[in-house]
Amino acid sequence: MPRIIVCLKYAIDVSQIKVDSATRKLLTADAPRKISDFDKNALEEAIRIKEKHGGEVIALTVSSENASSALREALAIGADKAFLVHDSTIQNSDTLVVSQILAEAVKKFGSFDLIICGEASIDSYSGQVGPRLAEILGIPAVTYARKVGLEGDAIIAERSLEDFSEVVKVKMPALLTVTKEINEPRVPTLMDVLKASRKELVKWSLSDLGVLKEKVEAIAVQLLEVSAPKVERKKVRIEGENPKEIADKLVKALIQDGVLGG
Amino acid sequence: MSTFNGVWVFSENWDLATEMLSKGRELADKLQTELAAIVLGHDIKEQAEDLAVYGADKILTADNPIFKNLQVEPYLGALADLAAKHKPQILLVGSTRRGKELAARLAARLQTGLIPDVVKLEINEEKMLIATRIVYGGNGIAVQTYKAKPQIATVPPRTFEKPKPSDKKAEVVNVEVKLEESKAEVVEVKPVEAAKTRIEEAKIVVCGGRGVNKKEDFKMFEELANLLGGQIGGTRPLAEDRKWFSEWVGLSGKKVKPDLYIGCGISGMIQHVAGIRDSRVIVAINKDPNAAIFEVADYAVVGDIYQIIPALIETLKQTLKR
Repeated sequence: MPRIIVCLKYAIDVSQIKVDSATRKLLTADAPRKISDFDKNALEEAIRIKEKHGGEVIALTVSSENASSALREALAIGADKAFLVHDSTIQNSDTLVVSQILAEAVKKFGSFDLIICGEASIDSYSGQVGPRLAEILGIPAVTYARKVGLEGDAIIAERSLEDFSEVVKVKMPALLTVTKEINEPRVPTLMDVLKASRKELVKWSLSDLGVLKEKVEAIAVQLLEVSAPKVERKKVRIEGENPKEIADKLVKALIQDGVLGG
Repeated sequence: MSTFNGVWVFSENWDLATEMLSKGRELADKLQTELAAIVLGHDIKEQAEDLAVYGADKILTADNPIFKNLQVEPYLGALADLAAKHKPQILLVGSTRRGKELAARLAARLQTGLIPDVVKLEINEEKMLIATRIVYGGNGIAVQTYKAKPQIATVPPRTFEKPKPSDKKAEVVNVEVKLEESKAEVVEVKPVEAAKTRIEEAKIVVCGGRGVNKKEDFKMFEELANLLGGQIGGTRPLAEDRKWFSEWVGLSGKKVKPDLYIGCGISGMIQHVAGIRDSRVIVAINKDPNAAIFEVADYAVVGDIYQIIPALIETLKQTLKR
């Protein structure tokens, strides 16, 4: 029976970010957070596999924030246990550091069969943590899966790539990242929420995992600034006596810009 | 002196590899270092030679059937091996879905940083590589730099212009690489909607908004799009409220980045604008002179789409005939 770990990012809710109108800086610190959308697909898929094959679903979050509420939600949705690695020093971490911390947490669990992540997070949308985690753990990764099935000790997954889709088979233990097409995540009922309060939610600090401060500080990518996008467009008004004149002027301008292909 | 030297470019997609060579050349010149394209595949002598005229100093190529299935591990093994031996300073990887996985795993293996889906790359006065990317679902532009080497970035298709072929030809060098078998068995490969390109990939997009009276009126957009070799799309209200389409262009729907986007009867709500921001040229046609979309347009036409579009089709027919 598979033991499945689902990695959930406690991500910034991008639809609720406000901008400081004077500086054009994004007020990300004040923005509410939630379980990243694609990670809910990952959790849903893990639960569906468990419903079919038995086993256990473990939710895992690494965050600089106290993400307990998000993990309670994951338990209500159907995870059996939840683990939160919480430390405020993680705040400036990059994907290199976060994937190393996740790997330490996974190692602390001991054995597992499958790790499922969303294809990317809604806020930074980098899609790195899944593949990096697989690499650190030395297990195969199947990214952008939109259909998954278990067959003995292997998973069979249909991957959605640009020009074609590909069906691959890999032996477990393995890591999967899933797209949002893979399923429709369920919404927990009130009963689920009540039951979840009795499930186990474990909090770990970095020292519980043996992750040293130096390791957290050894980031490879540094954020210099984030601002709201400025639009730099020509804003040329095309005017004319009649539609034909306007059309002629527009086509001429587009040919000059070299965007009419032919 | 840094022990890391040179700019490398890799993609399993030849067009994308070529595009990255223009930016690679610029970075290499600024750093006064060499530009190399890594070409991995099976029976790829021709591709390696073709790529040699686009500004690289060297083409490092390994030809082996192991690369035939386009699986990530063989590329990963080869690139990690080459990077360990030659220590490139910068490595640009084409941001296909395979490329994204490859770059992330390579960065993990080399214990270095990766900035994905860059829209801008430059070398600052301190010779640092500065990368810009879109974050927070289109609400933010992040400027980032590296604290480790090699500095890896993934580059989406059509971010940089394909360079013009030059007379100078790169030296094509066959290299030995570590062969790493894929752990995945490929069971089946099927083409996706081969008949139609996806709107995200379209070079020209004609998009309609609430200013379109009825679904049948999209016929004129279709005619315009067909004439230009493009695709049509609609805004979210047309899909969600009027149920004309199952998908829409916008932040929550399909994000497009064509060479040319023509917005017809679209007011320019922020969610829609976020989905078209990466278009090279934006044309907006709207009756309302105060429509928000004019603020993000290169060419603004204040007018009735039912007059302008037919006139545009007429003009294009004549122009394209010539």
